[in-house]
Amino acid sequence: MLWCKEAEFTQGAYALAADLRIQTGKVTAVIGPSGAGKSTLLGGLAGFVPQTRGALFWKGTDITKLAPAKRPVSMLFQDNNLFPHLTVLQNVALALGAKLKPSADVRNRVETMLKHVGLDGLADRKPAELSGGQQSRAALARALLQDRDVMLMDEPFSALGPGLKAEMLDLSVALAKEAGRTVLMVTHDPNDAARVADAIVGVSPNKAWPPVATQSFLSDPPDVFVDYLG
Amino acid sequence: MAQRAFSIIAALVVAGLIIGPVTAVLWRGGGFTALSAADVSALQFTIWQAFWSAFISVGLAIPVARALARRAFWGRSALISVMGAPFILPVIVAILGLLAVFGGNGMLNLLLSPLGLPRLEIYGAQGVILAHVFFNLPLAVRLILQGWLAVPSERFRVAASLGAPVFWLLEWPMLRRVVPGAFAVIFVICLGSFAVALTLGGGPRATTVELAIYQAFKFDFDLSKAASLAVVQLCLGLGAGGLALLLSRGDMLGAGFDRVVQRWDGSKVLDAVFISLASLFLLAPLVAVAIAGMAGLPDLPSSIWAATFRSLMIALGAVALTMALALPLATKAGEAASLLGISVSGLVLGTGLFLIVQPFVRPSSVALPVTMVVNVLMALPFVLRILRPGVESAKADFGRLGQSLGLSGFALWRIVYLPRLRRPMGFAAGLTGALAMGDLGVITLFSRPGEGTLPLMMYDLMGRYQMDAAYGAALLLVALSLGVFWVFDKGGRAHAVV
Repeated sequence: MLWCKEAEFTQGAYALAADLRIQTGKVTAVIGPSGAGKSTLLGGLAGFVPQTRGALFWKGTDITKLAPAKRPVSMLFQDNNLFPHLTVLQNVALALGAKLKPSADVRNRVETMLKHVGLDGLADRKPAELSGGQQSRAALARALLQDRDVMLMDEPFSALGPGLKAEMLDLSVALAKEAGRTVLMVTHDPNDAARVADAIVGVSPNKAWPPVATQSFLSDPPDVFVDYLG
Repeated sequence: MAQRAFSIIAALVVAGLIIGPVTAVLWRGGGFTALSAADVSALQFTIWQAFWSAFISVGLAIPVARALARRAFWGRSALISVMGAPFILPVIVAILGLLAVFGGNGMLNLLLSPLGLPRLEIYGAQGVILAHVFFNLPLAVRLILQGWLAVPSERFRVAASLGAPVFWLLEWPMLRRVVPGAFAVIFVICLGSFAVALTLGGGPRATTVELAIYQAFKFDFDLSKAASLAVVQLCLGLGAGGLALLLSRGDMLGAGFDRVVQRWDGSKVLDAVFISLASLFLLAPLVAVAIAGMAGLPDLPSSIWAATFRSLMIALGAVALTMALALPLATKAGEAASLLGISVSGLVLGTGLFLIVQPFVRPSSVALPVTMVVNVLMALPFVLRILRPGVESAKADFGRLGQSLGLSGFALWRIVYLPRLRRPMGFAAGLTGALAMGDLGVITLFSRPGEGTLPLMMYDLMGRYQMDAAYGAALLLVALSLGVFWVFDKGGRAHAVV
């Protein structure tokens, strides 16, 4: 369980309160109006946005003060998920250590993972030589290869067309579940949540609400989200 | 944090290298020998020539920039690129070029004398101003052109459709914003002029404070007088530097001049005249150096190669040291700190370093390292101006990704930041190398005959009226300066993925 205990994440003048528990191994969608603080919540969980109050626990361990790289969390960002000057292999291999010339063992693991996400044979390409969907797959491969229990997705596929976006979302969630990950994904689209999420965390300005089962959230939304869902 | 430690060390090194010599100067000049009449007139001349140099540069730049802003023609972008070149052109080379065109036996006098017109005299105040306009007109054009191109083209369309007076409505407000800054920057640059005053000025009526420092040093060996003059120059530089910082806008080295604003006013003929005259003024001296230099190459003395080697070593050393200091200093605070160096002139730093090393070693034995260090301090503000945007966007784009992957310290720099910075680093290294290669400043204080750099050797050849050899050396020097710039800049671009 990921437990935000009376937490507050502060970015500049903006503060987001979160007092909630996310279930292990489930897929939780984070939805809410733009600017409400969805990305702030994910940034706070990942350790990028300073936590100014409360505590954060993962499976009973206090992780409030840990640096981003020490947390059991991997993240897919909205953009800039790949270093443009490195090959796909180098990018993905960074999940296993800060080396630009990975060992044969690392190389094997990376190539297996690339095969797994459908990027077989593209290891030596630079990101610019890949399509948008392939770039997303490379970023996904890296996030999966990072041995972290929680995977945060901050709308990494928002630049893709609708069909490809749905396809990538399904693939990511399927592979993350297969690896036993706990997934938190930001989305603008309630349909995305309906398709893949077990529960929904609603974010209204300055507050992230405890998760509610997807069906009941969408059919009988809490008052603050009625207008947003329309 | 190791990185923080490096930033602090780099900041301390830079501050020490600036404050140390300045303190030495203040301490030595503390007995403040009253300024002589000659010193006062040097101060007056310094301000007077800087004012007129800036005034004429900006005044001429306005019509040229306007013509460039509204006319598309073949060679326009090449011309604008050439206008960036004086920044890395060795001063002494440009002066030789100006002599070839405007000098006693120059092209212009050859044209004028058959017409019975009076001869032009380049030595003296007018020559100093002429050379300053040559260097700063292109800078003023680029700064003002940026202002013109920053006016949204829609506004010109609206003005044209209304039949409104474009000048008063759009251009006058823009000029009022941009021109004071351009004037101030050029004024400050000309206050610290040394090489131009050394070669074209001199005498009671055309001596700058910098030149007076040099003379106190070299001819009278009057250290306390040199130090008091250095204090005067320091006050001038700090005052004017503050003024320039207040007034200046825009980016001296910026790119993005490709756009031409479509306009419906102005005279095409007049614009063509301004562009042609400006091009002629800027290109004729360079062409003259190229032609006379080719002819002079066989006259080069064999000692030129040792001087060339010393200059190359100074340039490469300056590049390495500048980069080592600039990377940890590429923050807002670091850039502000390095600006200190721009207000303190090279000769003031040189005087201070001379005073510091003099009790311990023979100053001439450290001429080359001192020249390198002063060049590093002079280049740092420009280098940081170039690198900082790159560092900041690399941090904004990839900082979190790097953190989430556990990259930190050297690994973060090696894997993320340095590859992202290749282009600006190449450009900055090229500028540093070219500036150091062509510098004729502090080396004149320290060096003994036969141990100088290529620019100093060129100056010596001119002093001995071996003009053919001087032109040959000028061609060699300009080729090397541009070559150093090109190699680094190209190196930064090759294989760079943006």
